[in-house]
Amino acid sequence: MDALLREYLPIVIFLAVAIGLGLVLILAAAVLAVRNPDAEKVSAYECGFNAFDDARMKFDVRFYLVSILFIIFDLEIAFLFPWAVAFQDISMLGFWSMMVFLAVLTVGFAYEWKKGALEWE
Amino acid sequence: MISTDLAILLPEIFLSLFAMVALIAAVYTEKDGMAGTLTWAASAVMIAVAVWVLMSGGNDRTAFGGLFIDDGFARYAKVVILISAACVLMMSQEFMARRGLLKFEYPVLVVLAVVGMMLMVSAGDLMALYMGLELQSLALYVVAAIRRDGVKSTEAGLKYFVLGALSSGLLLYGASLTYGYAGTTQFAGIIGAAGEGEMPLGLLIGLVFIISGLAFKISAVPFHMWTPDVYEGAPTPITAFFATAPKIAAMGLFARVLHDAFGNATGDWGQILALLAVLSMFLGGIAAIGQRDIKRLMAYSSIAHMGYALVGLASGTEQGVTAMLIYMAIYVTMNIGTFAFILSMERDGRHITTIDSMRQLGSREPVKALALLVLMFSLAGVPPLLGFFGKFAVLMAAVDAGMTWLAVLGAIASVIGAFYYLRIVYYMYFGDESLEPVEGHMSPLTFGFLVASAAIMILGIVNLFGVDGYAAAAAATLVN
Repeated sequence: MDALLREYLPIVIFLAVAIGLGLVLILAAAVLAVRNPDAEKVSAYECGFNAFDDARMKFDVRFYLVSILFIIFDLEIAFLFPWAVAFQDISMLGFWSMMVFLAVLTVGFAYEWKKGALEWE
Repeated sequence: MISTDLAILLPEIFLSLFAMVALIAAVYTEKDGMAGTLTWAASAVMIAVAVWVLMSGGNDRTAFGGLFIDDGFARYAKVVILISAACVLMMSQEFMARRGLLKFEYPVLVVLAVVGMMLMVSAGDLMALYMGLELQSLALYVVAAIRRDGVKSTEAGLKYFVLGALSSGLLLYGASLTYGYAGTTQFAGIIGAAGEGEMPLGLLIGLVFIISGLAFKISAVPFHMWTPDVYEGAPTPITAFFATAPKIAAMGLFARVLHDAFGNATGDWGQILALLAVLSMFLGGIAAIGQRDIKRLMAYSSIAHMGYALVGLASGTEQGVTAMLIYMAIYVTMNIGTFAFILSMERDGRHITTIDSMRQLGSREPVKALALLVLMFSLAGVPPLLGFFGKFAVLMAAVDAGMTWLAVLGAIASVIGAFYYLRIVYYMYFGDESLEPVEGHMSPLTFGFLVASAAIMILGIVNLFGVDGYAAAAAATLVN
């Protein structure tokens, strides 16, 4: 009996994941959020003051662009560090692999530069 | 040696270099003025690489210590991916140009996505798998949102990105469990760790998570919810691209992981795939009935078709993989033809996608209507068209693998699904005349794709142009 049941284990796990994931996504908001509103609580405020203006303001997409660029080059450095530390031990293959990586990154950098992503005005 | 490894990857390296050179060349010269030229160049390069891959047959080779596998299966999938991507790119050129969407990044991103797909079907290791998958997905997220001032297109891109990231997370979790219990990320090592008998529980859970992650990518039910919205929101040529090449790549990757890494446990994943297949076939067939937008309808249609392809995979046999590969090739051909028509649907210069607008197409545009009739019958799987033989092959594989119930359910679902394809045919020939009809603006090239794809659906019955032989050889290299 045990062996017979075990044959169906994959499908049980699968159904559990499928149903569980679906339920979690739907119910998370209902379960986790504490809802206990009163007029004062649901009104907008800004650091203890009444709101100065609408919260749904447009903000420049370039902030986002700059932060993305920061992450890319930050990661590049994160890759370069172990490579530099282990420089003694890696072969020419290791050296050239990093050069290829940097070249690909440079292509991307040249593209965004010419595209005008770095110009603020 | 590194040089022999690189020689095996030469087609992929060549394509990536092309993408980078094209990007730099365009951004340093006329920018979007180069877009048309680049689109043609990218199509030509992809067809050339397809021929190259096709000719480079021979032995199975692995590169980088098993990270990359170049075998008959990978080559078959790559040729289909490259040719379908090139066809969609050529079709889309005119549509995108007339709507001011033809940016030079578009062909570059498509080429990069194709490189990712080629890596996916050649992956021999969980890490190579993930790298290929992400390269493909990231490029696709961007092209989905290429009409960046359109609400629907950006919504499609964002939705695709969020759900794609979720599915990548599931896949990675499965991969880490698999690594934890198998002690290696290489497929060859995982299959050894799984052993002949019962799989360890951890490995099993890893397998389930990997399947869930990949099911997102092929939009199998219950992981399909992104498909209709993304298909509807993305510009139509992009939808055509989503419905073709990435599906083959994800299906190829699916078959690769299941057979190379978990080939000893066909019974375990067979039941999961059978469930996915049944749900996809039925949901795809039933939910499409209520659709009034042809792009949403094609989304449900692709969900249903993925269900049939999964039937072939679920049988876990070489015959099943062969049937799946043939099915995917037929599916892609049908979709290219159908989308060639959808691209031409417009009224007063505006692209429209409602099904109602096809009324009375039969009397005004007899050739197009006839070609679409053939494609719709073929998509529905009505004999004697090629779509029927594709379905027949996968259902036959299921019967031979002792899953008759699956084949019976597949046949029932195909009857339900036939309804909405045939309704389009009904509209074209018997629809209400009072409504304003759709105008067909079609370049000779797009028209050629529509007619050629319909012709293949009929000629393919006599002779499959050797595709079946290639598919059988490809399946033989995967399942052994």
